[in-house]
Amino acid sequence: MAYVVPKESCSGKVLNVDFGKGNKALNIGGENCLPFLSFEGELPNRPVIAYEIQDIPPVDWPDTVQNAYKDVSGDPVTWAKYCQNELKAKAIALRLVSTHPDRDNHSAEDAAITIKDVLSAIEVPLIILGSNHIEKDATVLVAAAEAASGYNCIIGKAQEGNYKTIVAAALAHNHKLIAMSELDINLAKQLNILITQMGFDKEKLITDPMCSALGYGLEYTYSVMERIRLAGLMQNDATMQPPILGDVGMYVWKVKETVASESDVPEWGTLAERGVAWEAMTATGMIIAGTNLLIMRHPKAIETVEKTIAELI
Amino acid sequence: MALTGVQIFKFLPKTNCKKCGFPTCLAFAMALAQGKISLEKCPDVSEEAKKTLGEASAPPIRTFALGAGDNAVKLGGETVLFRHDKKFFNPCALAINIKDSLGDDELVENATWVATSELNRVGQKLRVDAISVEYASNNSAQYEKAVKLVAEKAPDAAIILNCKDAVAAEAAVKAIAARKPLIYAATNENADAMANIAKTHGVPLCASAQGLEALSALTEKLQGLGVNDIVLDSGAKTAKEIIEHNTQIRRSALKKGFKPLGFPVLNCVIREDSILEATIASVAIAKYASIVILSSIEKWKNLVLFTLRQNIYTDPQVPMQVEQKIYNIGEPTAESPLMITTNFSLTYFIVSGEIENSKVPSRLAVMDSEGLSVLTAWAAGKFTAAKIAQFIKDSGIEGQIKHKELIIPGQVAILSGALEDKLEGWKITVGPREANAIPTFLKGRVA
Ligand code: B12
Ligand code: SF4
Repeated sequence: MAYVVPKESCSGKVLNVDFGKGNKALNIGGENCLPFLSFEGELPNRPVIAYEIQDIPPVDWPDTVQNAYKDVSGDPVTWAKYCQNELKAKAIALRLVSTHPDRDNHSAEDAAITIKDVLSAIEVPLIILGSNHIEKDATVLVAAAEAASGYNCIIGKAQEGNYKTIVAAALAHNHKLIAMSELDINLAKQLNILITQMGFDKEKLITDPMCSALGYGLEYTYSVMERIRLAGLMQNDATMQPPILGDVGMYVWKVKETVASESDVPEWGTLAERGVAWEAMTATGMIIAGTNLLIMRHPKAIETVEKTIAELI
Repeated sequence: MALTGVQIFKFLPKTNCKKCGFPTCLAFAMALAQGKISLEKCPDVSEEAKKTLGEASAPPIRTFALGAGDNAVKLGGETVLFRHDKKFFNPCALAINIKDSLGDDELVENATWVATSELNRVGQKLRVDAISVEYASNNSAQYEKAVKLVAEKAPDAAIILNCKDAVAAEAAVKAIAARKPLIYAATNENADAMANIAKTHGVPLCASAQGLEALSALTEKLQGLGVNDIVLDSGAKTAKEIIEHNTQIRRSALKKGFKPLGFPVLNCVIREDSILEATIASVAIAKYASIVILSSIEKWKNLVLFTLRQNIYTDPQVPMQVEQKIYNIGEPTAESPLMITTNFSLTYFIVSGEIENSKVPSRLAVMDSEGLSVLTAWAAGKFTAAKIAQFIKDSGIEGQIKHKELIIPGQVAILSGALEDKLEGWKITVGPREANAIPTFLKGRVA
């Protein structure tokens, strides 16, 4: 029996989204085949990893990852510059944690100042994330979009409960937008439809179907992502073609396996490697399922995933 | 490709003699088409029919065991490309590679680690499944000795003979024949000799070639030589080659019914950087490998790889669940605290583990919520005040304890008012939101 390469061609294509400006601008998406199957399609852009930073010191991060930034995380500008200059970050994701009412409840105006400071200190593209408080994000992200006007940022996350004001702001200031739903392909589709019905261009959207950590629901995120990709590529469903985001770090660096010391659980081995590997493995699972953009925390985990991506393309 | 019952029926004797246990040949044919029974149950089937039907009714990816005994690992037998389409059935075996040129002490140390590597996660036992012994010494006697030593020190592990020298491989197979080692590998150069060894000793054989065309030709040759339990090594080295080759192999087998590639796949992912080795292994695990060979499996790596494999291989339709009942943790008395949670395995094992850590004997009431986590179950209306109250009443726990206090998960604090209304005479206490705060919480109550 003669072997014939079983190629499948896709009728659809993942949308190409660019963000940032100047020679540091980046592109994600654009592929017309399932993840890394370059024998049957084109993959013009490699997945991008953004380094996550916060507007306040990351006191709630476990030591393994807090220590990696201990000299720079006192203020977001120093932290951002360190990621760009020392760690060679290609993109930075600034999370406005301090605005959460249960944290420091900083105002939208405070957030706008931080954003301007960070933007003027770096050249790589910036992703601006709220504190994931539905009501507060609706005002914070509006101010953020304005403060970052002209920088072609990605802002997020717009969710079912707050998308209207955030979409309007992203539209007015020409940013890209993350639409997040809760681990359900139909909810992801529905939110994309609602957003585009407001006149927002689908070619500026990024879908976040919600991440989950290795051992804590990774299989759900993995399969939702695979199904989104199959719908966009095989069935040519235009509402399922935006690039996919995996917000990995925040889900990983809270599970017990990234926190518990070796003396508490000797059978789990060294904590430093365990934490880094937990983040790297989660991220690898996501890119295999179709993620185009990752937000991660630990430099060593990011380095490992970059090497993995280099091997995949 | 699979045949229908009617197509199969044409090949049967049509005597309705019932010796197969079915009332008619047609009924037997229908059962055969659904894979419920094997053709051997009909004693009168002709040789010609056996040949035609045997090939057609064989599963698209052959299934057989790696190793022998209770811990043998089932390989192959997969039926889909994406886990959401049904599920992945036979979790990939993880193997550690050891060179025979290491000193005895190091061989023993590695083999002992494998023998004691068992971990428990979410109710499943996870362990390093196999040891690949590499023929690095170029000395057949040394190889045989190393293989024997490793096999003896890791009595439950499957053994992979990573050796292309037929003479050395044969001596090693003979030394541990009862363990049914996998020979790795037959190549174009040694195919005849290796096939002969595999056939004589009834052990599986890995076919190794560069690329899928050469590999198909090799497996056809091996089958022609009478070897059926074959593992595939396409020579994939980089993550890109792994994902592309493995995808093509699985597609060929499942969608094209291409028999020469209808076998389980082996990937060797050895890298210098141990964390990178783990991520490359995860590419192989997610994308269809049945055996992954690594250079090292430290404790942390053991845990991450097993967890990933467990995630990929869980049934996407049915979350892992535990039985609804009131579990005793430690030796609770009539005064001991009573807590409630849902029957999602992950939730149960995390919570019960933390209660154990607290060393405070307790009862944990686990309520059937169709395997959903606390918040998911609450959001889906399966962990409501009414249902919890009903469950507590029906459980008969009231007769067994002296107090009437129920501790609920902090994430569903919102339920406490309604629960106090529905469970008359009970006090509802809101516990911590995260399980890792349970030990402090429970110890604080005792003090
Ligand atoms: C995986 C997941 C799913 C999976 C289901 C997984 C499962 N088997 O349960 C799927 C995709 C099916 C799903 C579906 C839905 N989900 Co859901 N899901 C999640 C996710 C990502 C993780 C849940 C999880 O596994 N947690 C891990 C387990 C171990 O946590 P846990 O059971 O709560 O236990 C912890 C604590 O509660 C505590 N604890 C537990 N028991 C006890 C007991 C005591 C006494 C104490 C003190 C402590 C304690 O200890 C544990 C560890 O700390 C969460 C978001 C997130 N990242 O947390 C959303 C989440 C739970 N889902 C949510 C929703 C809304 C839904 C849906 C209703 C919506 C939808 N997408 O259609 C459906 C409903 C399902 C249905 N059948 O109808 C919401 C709930 C919102 C809310 N606050 O009500 C969440 C929070 C997402 C969000 N951010 O909005 N989901
Ligand atoms: S044993 Fe064979 S011949 Fe007899 S009824 Fe069954 S299928 Fe028909």
